This record gives sequence, structure tokens and C-alpha cells, in this order.
Amino acid sequence: MNLLTEPIGVSHYLIVGAIMFVTGALCMATKRNALGVLMGIELVLNGANVNFVAFGSEYLRPGAVSMGLDGQLIALFVIVLAAAEAAVALAIVLNFYNNHSSVDVDKADELKG
Amino acid sequence: MDPVSTLPVLLGLAWLVPLASFTLIVLFGPRMGKAGIGAGYLATGAILTSAILSSFSLFFVWIPAYDMPEPSHPVAADSAHGGAHEAEVHDEAAHKEEHGDDDHGEQHAESSHGEHDGGHAHFDKPEIAGEWYTLGKFGSLRITIGYYIDSLTVMMFAMVTFIATCIHFYAIGYMHDELHDYVDHEVTLEDGQHLHRPGRFHRFFQYLSLFCFSMLGLVIAGNIAMVFVFWELVGICSYFLIGFYIERKSASNAANKAFIVNRVGDFGMIIGLMVIFATLGTFAFGDVDADGDGTPEPGIFSQVRSPENDYALVVPDGVIKAAAASEIAKGVEATPEQIQSWREDMEPGGVGRWAYWLMIIAGVGIFCGCVGKSAQFPLHVWLPDAMEGPTPVSALVHSATMVAAGVYLVGRFFPFFVPEVLLVIAIIGCITLFVAATIAITAVDIKRVLAYSTVSQLGYMMLALGVGGWSAGVFHLMTHAFFKSLLFMCSGSVIHAVHTNDMTHMGGLRKKMPWTAYTMLVGCLAIMGAGVPFTIGLSGHYSKDAILAQAMSFEAANPMLGWLFYVAAAGAAITAFYMFRLWFLTFAGEPRDKHRYDHAHESPKVMYVPLVILAVMAVIVGWSIYGTPVGIQKLLEQARPMGILTTAHGALLTDLVHPDEHLSHLEEFHVASTWYATLTGLAGLGLAIVFYGVRVLNPAEVANQFKRVYKFLVNKWYFDELYNVIFVKPVLLVSSRVADFDKKVIDGLIDTLAIGTRMIARLDDMIDRYFVDGLINAFAGWTYAVALWFRGAETGRLRQYVMFIVLGTVVLFILITFYLSAPLAPSLSTLEGRP
Repeated sequence: MNLLTEPIGVSHYLIVGAIMFVTGALCMATKRNALGVLMGIELVLNGANVNFVAFGSEYLRPGAVSMGLDGQLIALFVIVLAAAEAAVALAIVLNFYNNHSSVDVDKADELKG
Repeated sequence: MDPVSTLPVLLGLAWLVPLASFTLIVLFGPRMGKAGIGAGYLATGAILTSAILSSFSLFFVWIPAYDMPEPSHPVAADSAHGGAHEAEVHDEAAHKEEHGDDDHGEQHAESSHGEHDGGHAHFDKPEIAGEWYTLGKFGSLRITIGYYIDSLTVMMFAMVTFIATCIHFYAIGYMHDELHDYVDHEVTLEDGQHLHRPGRFHRFFQYLSLFCFSMLGLVIAGNIAMVFVFWELVGICSYFLIGFYIERKSASNAANKAFIVNRVGDFGMIIGLMVIFATLGTFAFGDVDADGDGTPEPGIFSQVRSPENDYALVVPDGVIKAAAASEIAKGVEATPEQIQSWREDMEPGGVGRWAYWLMIIAGVGIFCGCVGKSAQFPLHVWLPDAMEGPTPVSALVHSATMVAAGVYLVGRFFPFFVPEVLLVIAIIGCITLFVAATIAITAVDIKRVLAYSTVSQLGYMMLALGVGGWSAGVFHLMTHAFFKSLLFMCSGSVIHAVHTNDMTHMGGLRKKMPWTAYTMLVGCLAIMGAGVPFTIGLSGHYSKDAILAQAMSFEAANPMLGWLFYVAAAGAAITAFYMFRLWFLTFAGEPRDKHRYDHAHESPKVMYVPLVILAVMAVIVGWSIYGTPVGIQKLLEQARPMGILTTAHGALLTDLVHPDEHLSHLEEFHVASTWYATLTGLAGLGLAIVFYGVRVLNPAEVANQFKRVYKFLVNKWYFDELYNVIFVKPVLLVSSRVADFDKKVIDGLIDTLAIGTRMIARLDDMIDRYFVDGLINAFAGWTYAVALWFRGAETGRLRQYVMFIVLGTVVLFILITFYLSAPLAPSLSTLEGRP
């Protein structure tokens, strides 16, 4: 099965989602800048969103048992969640910056065991 | 005034006022005036109130309300002389029909019955019996606060409160030392100093008030259980007052002795009470309608001497049933006929005989209590030691009233006593009067002489009652109370002046303290029974005559027991001798201790005025009220229990005859006994004058001559030593053994148990500490170690955590893909919707 010759289907979306997820994860793991980490988080979440939408789409999987709007709805939930999370996280980052004059996450290790 | 409704209130008030005074002094005593002097005034006021109420009851309620028994046959030669010689000759035919007050109130248990066989008429004794309050009911046992009022009760009230009032006034003067800090010269502390302590004036009057309340309660008590309660209350007051100078070893010993010796007597009394309750089913003296059904339940007296039996002493049905308990258990029905046949079964082993023995046991039991309280042989040893108390106490408690309570109770219970019991009473009284009189001859402590004299006079009263002389015995109780309290208060006045009890340090004091000396002389003459035969005399003259007359009448009826009379007559001589020995040693002759003589002074007015009042009373109480026939003897005739005015025969000792008391008024006894009494008294007086007045004979030489006898008497017949050997020593020995046993065996056992418990506890402790705690600690340790190990993972580096998450996700993904794909695969295929 050559993906390049196939018509656009679920698998293609999954590949895009996987790339976004891995990119985001790598971003989270490697960035020291807190904003970079937040961007990584957005990538991971949206990678997952792509998956939900792809699986939930009737056009990409004709003839399959319909799941209605489940996938799209969950994607919407995730977007709202991501927005809320970003607001909280940015507030934390601002506070952190006020206290440490830096947004380096490696300096935020005061809770270590 | 209607005595049935007023007397219980008047006498009840007179009884309770001292209790109120006691309560107030207990609560506020030390704060009453300066150093508590107000307590003295309060107590005195209280008893004065009682005295006024009692005298009012006697003179204005009782005497006007009830008729006196008519003298049936006055002896012409005697009746002319005012005095108490309204002799009554027992002559059955001459008895007039006599009805007392016919007023039968609801509580009025006056026995009323008119004619009966043989024209033998009775004077119906007026009495008022009832109950104020029921304390409790236990089955058929009722404990009540009741009253039994007859002329004896009213007279006792008047007498007790009158003397107590005099003594309260006297005590305010006598006890003034206690108003400030008191130095007790008889107590030497370890550092050689005398004891200093705060004064206890208020406490003295507190006890006196409690005593007055208890004594009056004893007199008015309507049942024998209540008598017993107040009997013990006067006992405890006596104990407190003897031990008033508690720091003195001798005082605390004397208090203990009095209390313990009295317990011996009271034990007998409890046995008597048990027999009475078990057989008669009641404690009440008189007939009281307790259940309110309109008919009074018969009390003790009407069970023993019921009107149906003509007031003759018949063993009551209850006693017969108790004696026939085994027959009744066998199914024999106790019908009246059967009970009657049992009653007559006086053969040895017969039911009637057993029942009679029960009566004897009950009577002797009650008498045992009286032996203890009235210091009769063999329990007389406590009274002389009781003189350790302050002298007003000796005067009030230990001569005039409390010790007379025993005689009073014998008098009150007289209808219950069968002739055999009376014989026991007579013999005990006779022995007592002689033993005590002889000891009094050699005593040198002024109060001890009086104490032995008291014992001896109480013996006289018991003897009189025991030989059937009811009114003679109780009459002597009345007169004795006046002159003996007078004598004691005089001796207290002397002690107050010279600060010693020892007569060998006195002498010649009549010049220094005339009031005391001459009032005491009156007391001595009264106790000796001085008087002009058949004309007039001091109070003791009449009562002693009456006792000797009855003893003589008894002797004529029982020649075998004649010695009772001769000992009594000899006792009269000894009485006169030791009393005048006391007077001469104290007041006559030359002072033997110049120092003490110089310091002696007449007592203050508050002390000698009561002496004068009592001296007057000691002279006149034997007389009847001027212009009327009413006197103590007459009132006693009125109080005489129903049915005892007969000649009684013993049922077991069939030779025993108790002659009718009226027989003692016959010329042959009356005249002879008067001469006996007068001559023996004069003989004793003469002997005292020879020895101590004009000193013709030297007492020391005579003592030397009869060294053995003298030593025997000085040592008080060795009673204390005897009791020491028989009772005290063995008890101490046994108790020391018991203490050893307690210390070694019982304590040892407990100690061993304790050691064992301690060892087990230690083992428990080890298990707890090493096993249980160890387990818990091990868990905690493990948890701690694991936590430490996990702690390493918490680096605090955000990117590391992300790595962990990613790695974890990857691991989960791999696990699911390769190991959990099988279970998940079907659902995936359905999800795909592919065929």
C-alpha cells in the first residue's frame, strides 16, 4: 500500500497527527523556554485533535458505522480545554517571571523531592 | 385547756427548742458574740423556754385536767403532816370507783372500762398516746416519732428542763475560762509546755443543747424503738461531754470507756427489742390508731396487761405463738382455746414455760440497757471515770438526768416485767448500792465521791423498782435529781475556787465560800434523808423512806430475800457517812493547803444563785403543793401503770412474791422503815462527826487497822483491774494476734498478688514494646525506605517529567499494540465496519 497513490484517507490524517504529536512532544522535552513548552503542548493537543476528527469523519470512512459528531465534539472540547490551559499556564509563567526574572523551566525545580 | 390536743404541741415544742438551739450553734457558734458567748445565752434561752413550756404543761394543763387518785384509806396518824405522807393503804374493798377524765379524743388511748368482777375498782390512768410522724414502714415494722404522755412524762419534762436551766446558768459562769484561749494545765506537751488552745465555750453549749433535746426525746418517746434512738443520742452526748477536754489522755479514755461499756448494755437492749418486736409485732407503748380505721392497735402495755384480763400480767398471745412456732408449723391451729391451753402448759418443756422464758429474756434484755446507762453493777465502772468531763456535765448528764434514764425506762417498762425479772433488777440494784457506797467511803476525789454516791442512789432506785415499789423508785429518781445536781454543782463551785478535785487539799472552805458550803450542807442532808420522823423532812427523807418501806414489805413476803432490805438499810448509813465525810473534809476544820485556801473565793452570782434555787428545791420537792394534796407522790400514783397495784407471784420461782406497793404504807412497815431510815442516817452522820467533824478518832489509824479492807475499797473492789484482766487484756492480746495475722498473712497475700501482677504487667509491657510496636515500626520503616527511593524520581525538572510522560505513553502504546491487541482487535474490526 503506497500512501502516495492512495486517495486521501484516515491514514494520511493519522500520519499528520503523529508528526504533530511527536514534534510537540519533542518541543516540550527540549525547550527551556516556558513559552516554547506551551507551544509544544498546543502541538500535542492539536495532533490528537486531528486524529479525533479523522476517525469521526464519515467522508474519510465511507460505509463504516456512523459515530455521529462524537469526534468533532471531542475536538471542540480539546480546543476549549487548550485555551483554558493556555490561560492558566500563561498566568503561571507571568508570575514565575515576576519572581525569577526568567521563563526558564529548568529553574522551576523548587518542588523536587 | 384540753390536754389531749395541747400537750403534744406544748411538750413537742419544749422538746424541739433545744434542737433548734443546737443547730444554730453548730452553724454559727463561733461567731455568736465575743468568743461565742452568745452560744451560751442562746442555749440557756432555749432550755429556759422548754422549762417554761414544761412547767406550764404540768401546772396549768395536766394537773387541772385530771383527777388525782383518791387515797382509799388515809392512815390517821400520818396524814396530818402535810408532806408526802398521804399514805394509801391497800384495801381492795375500800377502793372507790374512780373514773378519770372521760374525754376520749381521737388519739386518746386512755383505757376506759368501768365495772368488773368482785367490785374491784380501778383508777383509770390518764395517758395520751399518738404519733407525730411515720419515718418508715418495712413490712409490719413501723418506725415512728410518737409520744406517750402521762403524768410521769410531764413531771420528767418539768424536772429535766428545770435542772437543765439551772445548770445552763451555772455553766455560763463555770465555763468562762473557755471564752478566751485556754491553757490546759493538765496536758503537758513534749516540749514541757502546757497545751494552749482556743476556747470551746460555744461547743460546750452546743453539746448541752443536743443533750437536752435527746433527753427530752427519750422521755416523750411513744415507742421503744424511738426510746432506743434517743437512748443512743444521750449516750453520744455523754461521750462528747466526757471527752470535752479531749487533749487529756484520761478524758479521752474515760469517754471511750463510757461509750464501750454502754454498748455492752445496749447489746442486751437490742436483744430485748428483737424479742418484743418478733413476738408482739409492735414497738408502741400505748394504743395508737396507726392505720386510721378507728380502732387503736394494742401497744406493748395493753398486750401484756389487757383490760380483758383485768390488767393482770398475762403472757400475750404473740409470745405464746412465738413459743409454739414448732407446733404451729406442724399444723396445729392457733385458736384462742389452743393458745389458752398452751399458756397454761407450764410443765418443764411446755409451751407456756417457753413463752414465760421469752418474757424474762425480753425483760432482762431491756434491763441490760438500763444497767449500762444507769451504771449498775457490773457495768458501773464507767460513771466514776465520766467525772473527767466539766462539772456542769457531771451535774446534768451524769447524775440528774441521763443516768436516771435507765431507771426511767425500767419505770416506764414496768408493766412488762414479770416477777422474775424484777427480782434480777432488785438484786442488781442491791449489789450496786452497796458496792458503790463502800467505795465512796475511801475516795478522796470530791467528784468521785459524788459519782459513787450517784451509782449507789441509782442502785436504790433499781432496788425499789425491783421489789415492786414503782412509785418509791421513780420518786427517788425525782428527788435525787434535784439534790444530786445541787451537790455536783457545789463541788464544781469548790473546784472552781481551789482548782483541785482532791479533798485532802481542801478544808475550812466554809468561811471562804459560805453560799456553796451551806447549799451543799442542804444537799447532804437531803441525800441522807434528814427529817423529823412522821413530821416533815427534806425531799430525800420521803423517797428513801418509801424505798425502805417497800423493801421491808418485800422482806416480810420473801424472808429468803430479806438481805435486800438489810443491805439497803446499811447503805443508808453509809450514804450519810460518806456525804458528811465529804462535807467535813471540804468545808470544816483547818485548811490543809494554805496556798489553795488563800486563793479560794466564792463563785460569781451566776453560779451560786442556781445553787440556792436547787437547794430550795431539794428541800421542798417531796412536799405537796400548799393547800392541795398534789405532790410528786400523788402525781406518780396517777402515772402508775395499770394493773401493777396487786400482789404478784412468780411463775417459775413460785415462792417469789412481789407485795402490792400500797401494803408498804401499813403501819408495821411504814413506822419501822421510817425509824430505820432515820436511825441509820443518824448513825452514819454520827460516825462522820466522830471521824471528821470533831476528830475523836483518826481516820488514818482506822484505815491502818483495817488495812486490807481499806486497800480493797481504795482500789474500788478491783473492778477495773478485774475487767482489765478478763476483758481488756484478752481483747488486746487477740487483737495484736489478729493484727499480726493481718500484717503477715493477709498483707503478705496481697503483696504476693501485687508482685505477680507486676511481673505479668512487665511481660505484657515487653510484648507490647517489642512485638506489637516492632511490627508497626517495621511497616513504618519500610514505607519510609520506599518513599526515599521514590523521592529520587522527583527531580523538579519539567522537561524530565515530559520525557517520563512521553516514555510512559510509548510504553503503553507498545504494550497495547503487542500484548493487548488481541482483546481489543474485534472491537476495532467492528469499528472499521469492514466485513
